[in-house]
Parts: sequence; C-alpha cells; structure tokens
Amino acid sequence: MTDITKLTLAETLNGLKNKQFSATELTKAYIESMEANRDLNAYVLETPDYALKQAENSDKHYADGTNRDLEGIPLGIKDLFCTKDIRSTACSHILDGFVPQYESTVTSHLFNDGAVCLGKLNMDEFAMGGSNETSFYGPVVNPWQRERRLVPGGSSGGSAAAVAANICVAATGTDTGGSIRQPAAFCGVTGIKPTYGRCSRYGIMAFASSLDQAGPIAKDVRDCAILLKSMAGYDAKDSTSVNKEVPDFVAALGQSVRGLKVGVPAEYRPEGLSNEIASYWDKGIEILRQAGAEIINISLPHTKYALPTYYIIAPAEASSNLARYDGLRYGLRINGDHLDNMYINSRTEGFGKEVKRRIMIGTYVLSAGYYDAYYLKAQKIRRLIQNDFINAFKQCDVILTPTSPTAAFPIGDKSMQENPINMWLNDVFTVSVSLAGLPAMSLPIGLSKDGLPLGLQLIGKAFDEETIFKAANVLEQEAKFERLK
Amino acid sequence: MLLEGKTGKWEIVCGLEIHCQIISKSKIFSSASTHFGSDTNQNVSFVDAGMPGMLPTLNEECVRQAVKTGLGLRAEINKYSEFSRKNYFYADLPQGYQITQFRYPIVGEGVVTIDLDDGSTKDIRIERMHIEQDAGKSIHDMSPVKSFIDLNRAGVGLMEIVTKPDFSAPEEAGAFLKKLRSILRYLGTCDGNMNEGSMRCDVNVSVRPEGSTEYRTRCEMKNVNSVKFVMQAIENEARRHIEVYENGGTIEQETRQFDPVSGQTKVMRKKEFAHDYRYFPEPDLPPLVLSDEFINEIKQNLPELPDAKKARFMETMGLTKYDATIICENKEVAEFFEKAATGHDGKKVANWLMGDFFAMLNRKNLTIENSPISAENLGKLVELIETNVISGKVAKDVFEIMSETGDNPEKIVEEKGLKQVTDTAAIEAIVDAVIANNPENVAAYRDGKVNLRGWFVGQVLKESKGKANPQIVNELLNKKL
Repeated sequence: MTDITKLTLAETLNGLKNKQFSATELTKAYIESMEANRDLNAYVLETPDYALKQAENSDKHYADGTNRDLEGIPLGIKDLFCTKDIRSTACSHILDGFVPQYESTVTSHLFNDGAVCLGKLNMDEFAMGGSNETSFYGPVVNPWQRERRLVPGGSSGGSAAAVAANICVAATGTDTGGSIRQPAAFCGVTGIKPTYGRCSRYGIMAFASSLDQAGPIAKDVRDCAILLKSMAGYDAKDSTSVNKEVPDFVAALGQSVRGLKVGVPAEYRPEGLSNEIASYWDKGIEILRQAGAEIINISLPHTKYALPTYYIIAPAEASSNLARYDGLRYGLRINGDHLDNMYINSRTEGFGKEVKRRIMIGTYVLSAGYYDAYYLKAQKIRRLIQNDFINAFKQCDVILTPTSPTAAFPIGDKSMQENPINMWLNDVFTVSVSLAGLPAMSLPIGLSKDGLPLGLQLIGKAFDEETIFKAANVLEQEAKFERLK
Repeated sequence: MLLEGKTGKWEIVCGLEIHCQIISKSKIFSSASTHFGSDTNQNVSFVDAGMPGMLPTLNEECVRQAVKTGLGLRAEINKYSEFSRKNYFYADLPQGYQITQFRYPIVGEGVVTIDLDDGSTKDIRIERMHIEQDAGKSIHDMSPVKSFIDLNRAGVGLMEIVTKPDFSAPEEAGAFLKKLRSILRYLGTCDGNMNEGSMRCDVNVSVRPEGSTEYRTRCEMKNVNSVKFVMQAIENEARRHIEVYENGGTIEQETRQFDPVSGQTKVMRKKEFAHDYRYFPEPDLPPLVLSDEFINEIKQNLPELPDAKKARFMETMGLTKYDATIICENKEVAEFFEKAATGHDGKKVANWLMGDFFAMLNRKNLTIENSPISAENLGKLVELIETNVISGKVAKDVFEIMSETGDNPEKIVEEKGLKQVTDTAAIEAIVDAVIANNPENVAAYRDGKVNLRGWFVGQVLKESKGKANPQIVNELLNKKL
C-alpha cells in the first residue's frame, strides 16, 4: 500500500475516482508513512483521527457521486495557517497552545473542496528564515541524504520536506521572500508563489503584509496547478486580495512554448555564481530553446538593491505585525509587576533570536529620524525594482533564473550560524520577485555533483501564472527529474 | 480676550483636537456592533481582538459619514487619502497599533463660524480631519491588583477634527464645541455626548504678550470631558503659563491632565518620554480614492445645517437672531418649530415654544421627540389665538389640557365650550349689567380709584365665564366707565 503515497496528486485523484483505492485507505497509508518518517520532524502536529474522519466523509462523496475537486486528498498544512480547532502556532513559543476559532480562507477553500488534513507542518518561526532552523519545534531534516542532516530550506521547510518524503500528497506554504521556492528547490519538489493578491491572506499569521502570499508545494507542476486553482480567489475579508477570475491553470499545461519569449537577466549571473548552477541554468535555457522559445537577454539593473530593500521593508512590517503577540489575550503569558514587565517577559521568552533580530531592525528603520533614510528609501527602490520587471516584460513573456545560489547545506552550518547575513544572501534570486509582487515557480532541474536537488525559477507577469505553468511543464518534461522513492 | 498679568496683558493661543465617534452600525474596520452600553466584551470581533491572521476591512458607511462631516465643516474633501499605523503598546490596543490617517487625511482645511455672547461671530479654521479606530477601555479601579480591559469600544470609528490655534478666549472654545456638536447632530454623524465619551476634546494652550504674533511652547490637556471643563482648563492653563513666564521661567512642552475638582492641571508626560509612533502606511488597506459621484451624492443629500436654517428662519419666519439661535441649536427642535409655525405667526409660535412648551417638557422630563403636544397642534393653538377664537389666557388652559391628553386644541375648545365671545353686543350687555349692578364701585372708580379697573375687567370675564374677548371688554369699559 505504500506505493500509493508515491503517486502525484493528479494520479491519486484518478485512483480515487477509478476506485483503485478508497480515501480511507489512502489516508491510512499516509498516516503510516508519517509515522515511519518522524525523524524528519516535518510535522509539528499530526491529526490522524481528524484526517480519518474527513477521509470517511470523502468516501461517502465518492460513493454518491458528489465528490469535489480535491476529494479525499491528504494535505499537510504549514503551521502559519490558522486552522479551526486545530492548534496553530507559527512554530513559535509565543503561540503555545493557540487554537483558532476561525479558519483561514485558503485552507477553507481546500477543505471545502474535500481535502483531508494530515497535520500542521514545521516552519521557520513566523516564517522568518531560510532553513527551518529557527522553529521552536526544532529543525526539519531534508529527506535527501537524510543521514547527513541537511536543511530542507525555509521558511516552508516542513512543507517541502513532507512532499519530498511522500508523507503528504501536497502541502500549503507561504512565500514572503522565497519561502516556497527555495525549500522546493532544496527538496527537489515544485512550488509556486502566485501574484500578490491572488490568494487571500485572511487567517494567515502576518509576517510582512505587502509581501506574504500563500501557495502550493507539490510533487510536480500539474499538482501545483490543481492546488492553486483551489487555493486562489478574491476574498472580501482581505482588502489586498484582487478581484480577478481564477483561470484554469491546468489548461495551460501541454500548451506549446513555440514563440514564447524567455528573458534571461544578466544580473543573475554574478561573478561568484557556481558553475554547476550556471550550467543547469543553461540547460534550462536550452530546453526551452529546443522547444521553440526565443531566448532574450534582459537586464534587471536594480537587482543588487533587492536584498537590502527586502531586509528593510519585511522586518519593518513584521515589527508592527508581531506587536499583537504580547501575552495578553492568547498564547504564552509570563506575568510581571506591571503591564510593561508582562510584555517584556512574555516576548523575551516567547520569541526566538531571528524573530527578535527582525523586530529590532524593523523598529529601527521605522523610528523617528531614520524612517526617511531607510523605510521610505527602500519603498522607493522597491518601485524601481518593480519598474525593472515592467520594462523587462515588454521584451519577454517569462523570465528564467536559478532559484538558489546553493543546494541544501547542513543543519547548524557554521558560516550560516556565525553571520545571519549569510543566511539572508540565500534569498538573492527570490526576493526581487516578491518586492515586485510577481508570480514565480521553482521546479527541480537536476542534481548537484553531491546528489542534491537544484531548482530553476520561472518568473511571470502579474496575474500571468498560466505562462509560468506552460513553460514549467515543458522544462519538467525534458528535465525528467526523479523524485525520491 | 486678554489676561492681566503682573507685567502686562497676555493673549491666549489655543487649538483643539476633538475625537468624535462615528454613528454607524458597525466598527470602522470590522463588522462588530458599535452599540453603546452592552455588557463587557460583547461587541468584539476576531479582528478587534487582534487575533493572529486577522485583517481590517473598511466600512463604507464610516467613510460616508466622514465626508458628510467634512462638508458640514465647509472643508476640502480629499479624494485621495491613506491609512497609517500608529504603533504603541497598551492593553486596550489589541493590535499593538492604531489604524489612523497620518500623512494624507480624508478631509483638509475648513471653517466653522461661531456665535459669541456679544452678538458677533468669529471664524474658527479647521486644519484637517481624519478617520481612525478608537481603543478599548481600561478599568483600573475594579481591583487593587488587576486591571480589566473591555474591548467593546476597540475599533469603533472616530473622526478626529483638528482646529488651527484660532481660539483666543475660553468662551470661543465653548461656543465652538456647542456649534460643532450641533452640526454633527444635524448631520447625524456623531451624537456629540461628551459625558458618554462619544465626543472627546484635547486642548492645546499657550500664551503670548499682547500684540505679539509669536507662537510659544504649548501644553496639551487630553480628554477634557465637558464644555465647561474645557473653558476652565484653558483659562487655568493660560494663567499658569503667564505666571511661569512672569517669574522668569520657561514652559516645557508637556502633556498635562486637567483635574476638574481642583481646577488645576498636572503633568502626565514630559517630552523626553514622548512616544515615537513609527507611523508608516497601513499595508493591509489600499489608499482610499473617492469619486466625484460619491462626494456629490452626499453633498446633494445633506440636510440644511444650523446656520442656514437660522438665516432662513430669521428671513422668512420672523424670528430674531436670538430666537433663531436657540431654536436652531437642536435639529429636532428646529424641525418641530418649522412644522408648528408654517402658516402661522412664527414669532408667536417661537414664544410659546421657548416659554410654556419647553417648561412643560422640563417639568415632565420629556424630550421633544416624546412631546405629548404635536407640532401641528401647537401651531393650531397659536392660530386659535391669532384668529380670536380664544383669548391668550384661555389658551394657557387649553395648552395644559393638551399636554395631558395630546388632543387637538380645536377639539378641546369645542368640547369645553371655551370659544371666546367676540360678539360686541353680547359683551356690551354684560358690561352694562356689571356697571348697573355695582354703582358704588363705578362711583369710586370715577372718583379716582383707577385700580378698580382690574376688578371690573375681572367681573366681566367672570360673568362671561372667561370667554369675553379682553380687548373688546377694555374698549367697552373705556367707553362706559
């Protein structure tokens, strides 16, 4: 029965529809797989009883022909999503025991489409991190070469690891500066951050309001298309969600890329770029050229400002968004003589180092006397970065780049630990996209000489995820990357 | 107004910031109810409580109310405005920030004309008005070791009106607050109850020597909760500044608290501990862009405002400025008056309204909305007097009955047979009879006892059961006595 956990979402749906196995059998298989892979620490909360109840209900739907789009599909949910009656903590100590009385819109869509909840997935605390090492619940082990204990990437490390290890069919993630794309690349799976505003942020614990987006992490491009269709959609409860019809992303798969203009930005090939990554990038370029696409050299001149811009804006918004975690109404509270002492005690104990670091930076860049020089300046540069893409997209339809400058590195890696900025440099290829609010996908292209997955990123025009899916499908077919068994 | 100091005369320079709770069914960024007086923590949504993952959504009605108010302040409506976060930690602020409008408020400069006691008017300029969330309530006196937080008020919409420092006397501030309250109530955008906290006033005061145009350091007094206290606070604080300056000291910028019991202000917060609110644009809400259609629709449906109504009443209903001012202060009174006075003598109706009618309401502890006497009936009563159907004296009796029964005065006059007798011949007969039957008094009167005149009038009225028209009685007595 463990074979069925190796199936993609699309294959699983077929299997269920064709009664090759029941939803209950399927969920049981995943539950067993989860139990067998606890060493990965991908799940921070398993919900097998709830899952089985949902599966039973799904079987009823299959029996009377009322099965919905994701009927019986077992998913893992990143712990940043508020799931009603199921503990949600953002993997932070400060939200110990928090059980929301409301459901996030994105997970609502998924469960209303019949999906099954296997549990909550590990992540960097409050989505701040690129390796899942800042989680209160401990690091996640990348299922690739697991004896080496490598990071799965972050912040959606648990999500990517779980998909790669076949301990869920697919997972939800969130991406603020690369947190879906980078772990997908490190774990050899596929993930897409949609256009800002495509998915609702209601019920997702806010990190950086103008950057956060929910998206799927799944076994292949088709699975992402199926999931994103369910997750996306305008939500009146989120004033930043955009009222645009959600296209049928699956329909974009199999379309030809003949004549498609693929942009290759000069600035993403800096001096120190590893040869291995550069050659996989060239491989991707070649695949698309062979399929009839036209390769255009483009320039995104403000790329070098993207990291500092991101690391001013995101912490600024976070410093304000995390002010509500004060010990007063929910989560961890450590009392003190005075209100201020209670705040200090609870937040000092409750937040991890990286979160504190970013709150401090964010507070600083918004403070009187520094606002103009940092926050305001960063927002202006953000506009320039966005303009780079607008201009580039006059010449091309989609942009191809590497996802990450490296493959997965060991948990506790010294150079990453010694200087937090080294960790931040991993985001160099992904943050511009977030600042510009554009959609982007990472899919695996091949293995490094060490045998670790490497990914390529496809960046699309705003609300043009379809072109990304079209190009990704072609790349995926040709790359023939083999997922873990 | 000038204050006399030891070294000379001083001018008061004062500006006000008034927070007005918006009348709307739900809060400005959440769907919870704004109902006042509910049990604690009954009207709190997940958004109001600052729960993880919650997001604000703008209440269009609050925007409409703000635009209406801006128009009532004769102010510029800014078609483009932004929301900002004002960040600070306090137990009654669940999100750890207040959503407000910092750089780009919805309403710009405007003006309110105030009426002063000496009959003159003064224009008070409005600097700006913006919309924002109210905080919850902290209750510190329920327990010696705990503070209690009620979030019912957290998230209720507020309009913050900022004046330019145009007040030079406490009286002006008092007149302004009354005028503002009147405008807001006319518009239906805020009920202006300072004692219930739906209108709260921060007062900024400084002084300068007479004739100077400089602006010296000001002090702020927050949440002064009545018009009377505002006026007191301005005067006391100004005098404090004068005393400091005349003793060679300097005034430091401070936030002070006005204590109504002692009449003094004391320091709440010095400048060094002033908060850095780290304002930045609210990323969860897009900028607010208003169309011309939206604004015009509101403009066209604005009710007639107090000043316009006052002018109209003076021009077309024969009211004096004094009467019009009193009647127009409250929209319900003005509308009642207009209904009562249409087709009748406005001045007479006004007199009845401001005299017997208000006295009756006071006595019975009623508001004009619950008046037992309808506007139409009051008008009818005045008409009955004007057309000599009843005398003024009888009218008072009828009024009494009306206030008990709510009946139509015509009906009362019919039923009780109170119609005034105007038939000169009939009255003449009674006058003749009284004169004939009282020869001693007639003689005494003709001899010089002129005060007996009143007795004669009384007798005639008694004989006619109060119904003889007093004017005719007097004319006839003049002729016959």
